Amino acid sequence: MPESLRHILEHWLTQDALVVGGFALVFFLLRAGARNERWQRAGARLKRDRTGLIAFAIVLLYLTIGALEVFQIPTASGTRSILDLFLGGISPEKSYSAPLADTLLGSARHAKLNGHHLLGTDVLGKDVFAQMLKACRTALIIGGLTSAIYVPLGALLGVLAGYFRRWVDDMIQYVYSTLASIPEILLLVAIISATTPRWGRSLGTMAIALGITGWVGLCRLIRGETMRQAERPYVTAARALGQTHAKIVVRHLLPNVMHLVLISAVLGFSNIVLAEAILSYLGVGAPVGTASWGIMIDAGRTELGRDPLVWWNISAATAALFGLVLSLNLLGDSLRRAFDPKQT
Amino acid sequence: MPDPLLEIKNLAIHFATETGTIEAVRGISFSMARGETLAIVGESGSGKSVTGLALTRLLPEPPAVYQSGEILLDGKDVLKMEPRELRTIRGKKIAYIFQEPSTSLNPVFTIRNQIAEAIKLHRPEVREIDAEVIKYLDLVGITDPAKRLHDYPHQLSGGMQQRVMIAMALSCGPELLVADEPTTALDVTIQAQIIDQLRELKQRVRMAIILITHNFGIIGGLADRVAVMFRGKIVEYGETRTVLAKPQHPYTQALIQCIPQPGQKRERLATIDHAALDAMG
Repeated sequence: MPESLRHILEHWLTQDALVVGGFALVFFLLRAGARNERWQRAGARLKRDRTGLIAFAIVLLYLTIGALEVFQIPTASGTRSILDLFLGGISPEKSYSAPLADTLLGSARHAKLNGHHLLGTDVLGKDVFAQMLKACRTALIIGGLTSAIYVPLGALLGVLAGYFRRWVDDMIQYVYSTLASIPEILLLVAIISATTPRWGRSLGTMAIALGITGWVGLCRLIRGETMRQAERPYVTAARALGQTHAKIVVRHLLPNVMHLVLISAVLGFSNIVLAEAILSYLGVGAPVGTASWGIMIDAGRTELGRDPLVWWNISAATAALFGLVLSLNLLGDSLRRAFDPKQT
Repeated sequence: MPDPLLEIKNLAIHFATETGTIEAVRGISFSMARGETLAIVGESGSGKSVTGLALTRLLPEPPAVYQSGEILLDGKDVLKMEPRELRTIRGKKIAYIFQEPSTSLNPVFTIRNQIAEAIKLHRPEVREIDAEVIKYLDLVGITDPAKRLHDYPHQLSGGMQQRVMIAMALSCGPELLVADEPTTALDVTIQAQIIDQLRELKQRVRMAIILITHNFGIIGGLADRVAVMFRGKIVEYGETRTVLAKPQHPYTQALIQCIPQPGQKRERLATIDHAALDAMG
């Protein structure tokens, strides 16, 4: 099957590799950080923080579900994701059906359903619970891709601005002040609208748009912290040894601001997931047919006006979104507390 | 003095700040032979640290402006060097140790990594880096150095941290070590140990030392010469013994009176009458 092999390879290169790479990067960063005193103390504190651990477990659960949907394996009926295999027993219906109902919604003839659906089905007869789980992939890919763009950009520019100051700082500040002065949603919609005719609507273009607009806050934070770190004697000591500026930035300053990068990346992840939902709701987000919480909420616009009311689609998406965003924020707060030197 | 290592001629350094120009160093001159130890003594703001940092142009420019003068290292003017050339003398010819050993070491790297970094930078020919690191840790009096290799700075005491800083400075084989208040942040007993260590190293490694301090008490057995700085000028310069025995300038006299003497009962430490010194000009 060379055709399906090619498909799998393509899929691997565009999505699977990204997810594996993302997890490897996080693992590598944590391992590098674990050798650092500040990270060790934070880790020990985090172990005693029950809220943080629960939040971390929930985030991991979401990521795992998303990863299961990303990875595809060949089956007799074409390639399917691992998650599809788990949900394989669920048969599609013709249209809406209420959670755990026996009959199609509003059907005069009380048409029998093919099976039971925990959270009902949507307008196309797809199982809402399965859609809710599949949407984790969209969140994971958007969150991961966007973070992969904005975190390195923001961290590096922030360190450069904070270390070199003067004209470098002026230029970077000029760029981010300009970006920050434009309302974010307007800018996002503008970038996506401008790129859609050329590259089509895809998760990739949305991630690029979110990445371009998203680095300002991180850059500001890292710039300030770098200015503080650059005043410390170890930077002068490195210069007194004859170290180059590049080495001082990479070897001395970046590792000392990395904990802030981690905290903001976790807190930022929830903003990205929310932004994806908002953009999808505005109709400029995930491509049609993609499972996305934003698209599910968007569908609620018509579904909530119907009689009988279709509430399960929007409720499921909102609950899933709420769970992820809340867990990410709790985890981010726990990390911040754990890294705070003033905590005992 | 034949073939001096370092010769400073009429060096003046200003800082351009928003509120006006601060004349930190106002035309100082001195020279040092190889292997000689010079103590630069003065109070805070006298320009002694600025002078030390200026030797390899470590002061941030701006605000610092090298107004005039020459810093001749082996006959070459440091103030005319390109950044690339400056990096080759930093660490390799002139190494530094600073006041706060706890913050002068990068908190996220082991001491082995930090010393290895210095060795790799200036002595790329060294193959057995671990052995070299151990050699220098041993040289500065760290017991059982092989066990200390993978310690982080926070796991060491202040005195140990300062020894690691000294080992790092020595590992590049500098001809001049600038020790900027190396004992100020340490306990009194540790201060004595570090000074003893420097005295011992001075004999084992032939190296010139500039000891920058506000404390006349610690230079006794270490410095060959003393330069007393006051308000950006060298007000007294000479052999340590002569200066300690017969200080000429009233500021030097006042500083020496500030050294507490054991067994001597004194109600108040002497103060420095700046108005009188101003009147002298």
